[in-house]
Amino acid sequence: MNAGRRRFVKLLGIGAATIGASLAGVSQLLRHLPLVKGDSDGSAENAPRKWGMIIDLKKCDGCRACTEACKIAHHIPFNQEWIKIYEVEDNPLTPPYHLPRPCMHCEEPPCRNVCPTGATYRRKDGVVLINHDRCIGCRYCMTACPYSARYFNWGDPPHTQEELAHEYSPEEPWPHIRGVVEKCDFCVTHGEKGILPPCVTGCPSGAIYYGDLAEDAVSNGQELLKVSEVVRVRQAFRYKEELGTGPRVYYLPRG
Amino acid sequence: MERAHESIISPAARLVILLVEEQLTDEEMERIIFKPIIKTGAGFYAVVAVLGGLVALGAYAYYVQLSEGLIVTGMTDIVIWGVYITNFVFFIGISHAGTLISAILRLTKAEWRRPITRMAEAITVFALLVGASMILIDLGRPDRMMNVPLYGRIGSAILWDFTSILAYLAGSMLYLYLPLIPDLARAKELKGIPRWKQKIYSFLSFKWKGTKEQKMRLERGISVMAIIIVPIAVSVHTVVSWIFSMTPRAGWHSTIFGPYFVVGAIFSGIASIIIAMAIFRKVFGFEKFLKPRHFKYLGLMLLTLNIAYIYFTLSEYLTAGYWGQESEGQLLAAIFGGEYATYFWIFVIFGLLVPAFILAIPQTRTIKGIVFASILVNIGMWIKRFIITVPSLALPQIGSEWGVYSPTWVEWSITIGAVAGFMLMFLIFSKFFPLISIWEIKEDPTTKKHVVDGPEPTSSKSAEGTVQIRSHSDSSAD
Repeated sequence: MNAGRRRFVKLLGIGAATIGASLAGVSQLLRHLPLVKGDSDGSAENAPRKWGMIIDLKKCDGCRACTEACKIAHHIPFNQEWIKIYEVEDNPLTPPYHLPRPCMHCEEPPCRNVCPTGATYRRKDGVVLINHDRCIGCRYCMTACPYSARYFNWGDPPHTQEELAHEYSPEEPWPHIRGVVEKCDFCVTHGEKGILPPCVTGCPSGAIYYGDLAEDAVSNGQELLKVSEVVRVRQAFRYKEELGTGPRVYYLPRG
Repeated sequence: MERAHESIISPAARLVILLVEEQLTDEEMERIIFKPIIKTGAGFYAVVAVLGGLVALGAYAYYVQLSEGLIVTGMTDIVIWGVYITNFVFFIGISHAGTLISAILRLTKAEWRRPITRMAEAITVFALLVGASMILIDLGRPDRMMNVPLYGRIGSAILWDFTSILAYLAGSMLYLYLPLIPDLARAKELKGIPRWKQKIYSFLSFKWKGTKEQKMRLERGISVMAIIIVPIAVSVHTVVSWIFSMTPRAGWHSTIFGPYFVVGAIFSGIASIIIAMAIFRKVFGFEKFLKPRHFKYLGLMLLTLNIAYIYFTLSEYLTAGYWGQESEGQLLAAIFGGEYATYFWIFVIFGLLVPAFILAIPQTRTIKGIVFASILVNIGMWIKRFIITVPSLALPQIGSEWGVYSPTWVEWSITIGAVAGFMLMFLIFSKFFPLISIWEIKEDPTTKKHVVDGPEPTSSKSAEGTVQIRSHSDSSAD
């Protein structure tokens, strides 16, 4: 073995050691910083919750009472409908029907995956939220969401005294500010207090059920459903679940 | 004229003719190339005033947007990206001119590249600056731009983009700068250069004296940069395409997008360098350096990329259209025969087919024809980027209501300002730095023009003389 080659092998060894050490360092760093997943710990006290929703399409007549109740409760700017009623059609032989669309709070949210700053994150209880102090307004998440569940504050949102008096948190994201993306927060603070969200209580026909899927129970304020049973019996589906998003909102078909 | 005798004369004889034609002395060559730096006419200020005015218009529009918010644009919660993102992809595409012309031709030792590398490298830097600023302009919260490096999530294609564009910008600036050093060392000694400019040149050229050692190091540095810059450039436009294709959207979620975008970038990049060459050739009288053959070679490269882009376009739409999800079908219907059909067919006919014919037919493959084709290509490619960006967003994800988008005066003003800003940067550059790399032309082994104070080239009449390879003797530029 000549000197040159020995030196080369030595350098190779040093190089490999350096790369190995730095990889170890980086992986340590990644573990401590919320870089990779962007997930926060969420509500530590009540973990592991699994907030979810069941919407009975048979009961929905598209009156938009849920949309309005949500708007008032969250002081939402006029261009946004955090729960929006769409008219959809399964096939040419069945009549079109109404589909209320909240944020699906996906288990594998495309919006979270594409966010460049980790402003969109998923809590341990499954609620996907947006940190408005972090959001740069690139709107990449809006292109990634297959449900069009996200809205952008293009201009200055109109304010009310009550809205301005509130203290901002990602869970209760108002006062609303310009240049950031907003969406349904799944009323996680309501859920933690044991209160039903305004869209649920606002629905005159009781079509929306909300609750902790880990407890296997959801409620529309009038009745309590056993999730596993109703999903099986009514052949519930999740909207666009074939995309692999893992939505936390189940629909009971009109069937 | 050159084309006429090329066809009937043997290659060896043609070289002799080329040599005779290129009998410019170094003084003449320097006089022509340095002239824009030394003398500035009224025309220059007039053009700067016009371009500056357009940039000011764009700046004013951006000021309006900053104070009112993005609500002054035509974008909505459905069509959430528009002209800004189109411009971004367009300018990042143009930035590929520099890499291809310069690095690849340098690595393959294509000697004809020598008069055009500088312009190509400059295009890259300016197009990148304009393209990157388009992203900033599109942001809802540009004040929080630093959140990307501070809180960057490795999983986001925007972070990949941020990284590769910064790397490309740094690399291409260095790659523009390195071959400038010998020319700047020469420029500082020129008569008629004001003191402050001399100081800049002297600072930028370090202590370049053109010694053998310095030349060797410079050549090595340039070669290393040429190798490094190619994968970085490919990564840049691949990642730009991935921003689109990483989303679950019809028309975007496509595995072909990486190479499709890279080819499109090089396509519009070559067209841009041709246009820039034609303008500077006319304005600064560079006919002696930028010859018909340069246009012809670049025109043939443009044709190659043109055909490749037609192939990719066909491949992309046929696969999606022949059997695709319902949403793909709706999207293609809107592009081929609906709302976006006018734009799409203008792109296909005037951006792809007409240029291909102009470039393929020898009778139309003249400088004028090639430049005209290049202009068509760039307009067509802008429209194509619009077709990529907007229809996929307008397509309803739920229900059946399509999004609508019509850009406002703010968006158009910023777009015009961006194009003007790109030209302005180029123009100002031309007043500080030689647009043609003088020392590299002097070192061209096919013309053996390297010793300034030495004897006149003696073998200009014999074909053997052309074979002589670059001398390694000290040939500093004075």
